[in-house]
Amino acid sequence: MSKIISLINNFAMLSLLAVGGGTAVLPEMKHDVVDQHRWLTDTQFAEIYSLGQLAPGPNMTCVALIGYEVSGVAGLVAVLAAFFFPACLLCYFASQMWDAAEGSPWRAAVQRGMAPVVVGLMLAGCYALGKTASYNPSRDWEFNLLTLGIGVVVAGVLGLTRINPALVILAGGLAGYCLLG
Amino acid sequence: MSKPEIRVSLARIFRVFAVIGVTSFGGGIVAYLRRALVEEEKWLDEDGFMAALEISQTLPGLNATNMSVIVGRKLRGPWGAVVATLGMILPGALIVTALGFAYAALQHNPKVASVLAGVAAAAVGLLVQVTIKIGWRHLLRPKDLAFVVAVFVLVGILHVSLLVTLLTLAPIAVWLNRPGEPKESA
Repeated sequence: MSKIISLINNFAMLSLLAVGGGTAVLPEMKHDVVDQHRWLTDTQFAEIYSLGQLAPGPNMTCVALIGYEVSGVAGLVAVLAAFFFPACLLCYFASQMWDAAEGSPWRAAVQRGMAPVVVGLMLAGCYALGKTASYNPSRDWEFNLLTLGIGVVVAGVLGLTRINPALVILAGGLAGYCLLG
Repeated sequence: MSKPEIRVSLARIFRVFAVIGVTSFGGGIVAYLRRALVEEEKWLDEDGFMAALEISQTLPGLNATNMSVIVGRKLRGPWGAVVATLGMILPGALIVTALGFAYAALQHNPKVASVLAGVAAAAVGLLVQVTIKIGWRHLLRPKDLAFVVAVFVLVGILHVSLLVTLLTLAPIAVWLNRPGEPKESA
């Protein structure tokens, strides 16, 4: 039970801090879940995040699996509710206020000011995941070269074409099956 | 945003958002939302959509669920917001749960571990590409770059709590862009 409460506390806080989308809380989430509470290993966290990329809908529904790994079905439900409900409630009331502030120059100031903060958080998210998934000191250099290569190829293909990202992620899985065995 | 003339049923709101939730593979939900809400259902016009998106991106929470809350609220008040959000989240949550059960059963299988290592490596590539696409303009402007680097170092490397980081840097970032200042970061 104390684990469930702890999960709810963590994910409700993350929910309210997710400025600019779920990716922004990725480094903080990983720090909480892996380093602080030791609920998951580095690798499990990276794998769960990856599963989220394979499912439709918002990527961050994969937080459900963190809840499941920690406390079974109750954990799953608790994390989903804690991660989505607070931000949705805040959005409901804040969007009413935002409508009321239509035309205020401060609205634009908030947007301009927060944009680079969000980019910094996204970069921290890349780094937090990449430390495990792209360059992992506990693996040999050939493995790391391949995982780094897969990441570079994926970023390049997505930057240059309009292919659906889910297909590229699946191709990454296939490359893993063939090359990383 | 103009109010729709016809009262939309809650079941219809749920269905439209659930279809988006179940078909939007590979992220980029904004494109799916635009097609469904503006082009197909005509619940919003182009400007209304952009205005809703602007709010979604500024408030905490996922863009997809914030859009659901905002559009659901416009259409049918609180219940509209609830059914739109559930429609958006539930299909993906069920599918990711099914994947998770398979993962729990198979995670120690070495072949499955190789596939997941490939998927995880690719997911980092996707994340980097999205970050560059959204962020490159800010990396070129010294004032913005300072915030990008400060946030990255504080949260990513030093693990300063996100709450503390945001409470410290966000007011400074907004103040530096306060109305009346030269709009070099517009």
